[in-house]
Amino acid sequence: MASYSTNEFKGGLKIMIDGDPCTIIENEFVKPGKGQAFVRAKIRNLKTGRVVERTYKSGESVEAADVMDVDLQYLYSDGEFWHFMDTRTFEQQVASAEAVGDAVKWLKEQDMCEVTLWNGTPLAVTVPNFVMLTVTETDPGLRGDTSGGGGKPATLETGAVVRVPLFIDVGETLKIDTRTGEYVGRAKD
Amino acid sequence: MHSHPDWRPTASLDMLRLRAELLTRIRCFFSERDILEVDTPALSVAASTDPALHSFATVYSGPGIAAATPYYLHSSPEFPMKRLLAAGAGSIYQLCKVFRDGECGAHHNPEFTLLEWYRNGFDHLDLMDEVEQLLTAVLAGIAPLASVHHWTYRELFLQFADIDPFTVSPDELRIVLETTYGITCVGMSRDDLDGWLDLAMTHVIEPQLGAGLVFVRDYPASQAALSRLRPGTPPVAARFEAYLNGIELANGFHELADAGEQRARFEQDLERRSNNNLKPVSMDERLLSALESGLPDCAGVALGIDRLLMIAGGGHCLNDVIAFPFEYA
Repeated sequence: MASYSTNEFKGGLKIMIDGDPCTIIENEFVKPGKGQAFVRAKIRNLKTGRVVERTYKSGESVEAADVMDVDLQYLYSDGEFWHFMDTRTFEQQVASAEAVGDAVKWLKEQDMCEVTLWNGTPLAVTVPNFVMLTVTETDPGLRGDTSGGGGKPATLETGAVVRVPLFIDVGETLKIDTRTGEYVGRAKD
Repeated sequence: MHSHPDWRPTASLDMLRLRAELLTRIRCFFSERDILEVDTPALSVAASTDPALHSFATVYSGPGIAAATPYYLHSSPEFPMKRLLAAGAGSIYQLCKVFRDGECGAHHNPEFTLLEWYRNGFDHLDLMDEVEQLLTAVLAGIAPLASVHHWTYRELFLQFADIDPFTVSPDELRIVLETTYGITCVGMSRDDLDGWLDLAMTHVIEPQLGAGLVFVRDYPASQAALSRLRPGTPPVAARFEAYLNGIELANGFHELADAGEQRARFEQDLERRSNNNLKPVSMDERLLSALESGLPDCAGVALGIDRLLMIAGGGHCLNDVIAFPFEYA
């Protein structure tokens, strides 16, 4: 089984903790002049997203997690699973609702996303920071109102609801920041 | 085409000027007190036996030695300086580079600058006062000491962690650290009391020390290193540490002068090294000979200059104060 020494710790390294795959956020070497050396690491659990701190005796070995990030194209959902494809090999991957998580709000067929694979199976799906989505439902746009003040809810093609300016109409394509869920602007053709 | 490796210093030129200023002030401080500056070898056939210190090893081959012979880069100049003390040099100091394998991080560089000094006729309490005087003089007008506090090791643990380090068992300590502070340590053996105490010190206590100078003294006998033991219940080590702004800065001893006791501690260290699968090293027989001939009653302390500069100059890590730290050396 592959393992890493604490000497190899650095941000982004994928390790196993209590049976869960995790990524190191940052790590620090701590040692009293006359005493035991430690490596203190801040670690994110890739299944739950929770961040924990762990301390290791310096030089300890930790099991490596077989985790990699790949760019896949989102194909469709059958209601229970989400299907993705590697556009070079045409190999398909099936992700559970748990793996897709909040990304479901922004997933549009044909869009590329980053899929984290653990032992070859999707563990998490990360959508691009910005996505282009079309408005399917909103109150009629108020012509001439470009102030952006106030705003109204709009439903997008993925089902997500975002707050948009009053002048936005059904059928328009909007740029959305997926990290905040906020409207950025109208798509420029 | 070839890439251009990063050649510039990581420390600002102002910081390097401040380093020179601190060194000038330190030499001035000792000159005014008639303490002799000395220079001892960085390479030795012997090394520190301390299981927590890893010496770099190299090899000499050439005139004077028939077969290639291993030599160690010193982790501190302590042993040869004690030979000078035994030879009657009087109180002495040294500013030098020391080397420690396996130590690299925000507050560690595998080679660093150490100030080490010895005072004849002092005990560790006298020397703590002198450390305070030195820091006051060196930091004047740059980063004056905010406050000075004194704790015994036991008081410190009771105050900041609600733990009595002299009565707690390794199991109790491990459980308190986990349940009260959420701190665990992967790979530490359950019966390693000093290891768990180090974990409490670095993870629970040091972060609470805050600004100013903090002295900690009277360490557990098991952490005596090269200090004398003072009889009592329990016996404590005549050792102190100085923390500045929560960062460990200096370690001092009322120096062990008994050659037999010193040899026993070296042997105990070597046994622990062997149990921990660490490489054996040669103990310093020349130091033991010097102690047999007689070491004056003295106290000694080693103070990290790079950390002092980091605190004085408002740096966040050693890369801010070392021109070319390890990754760029």
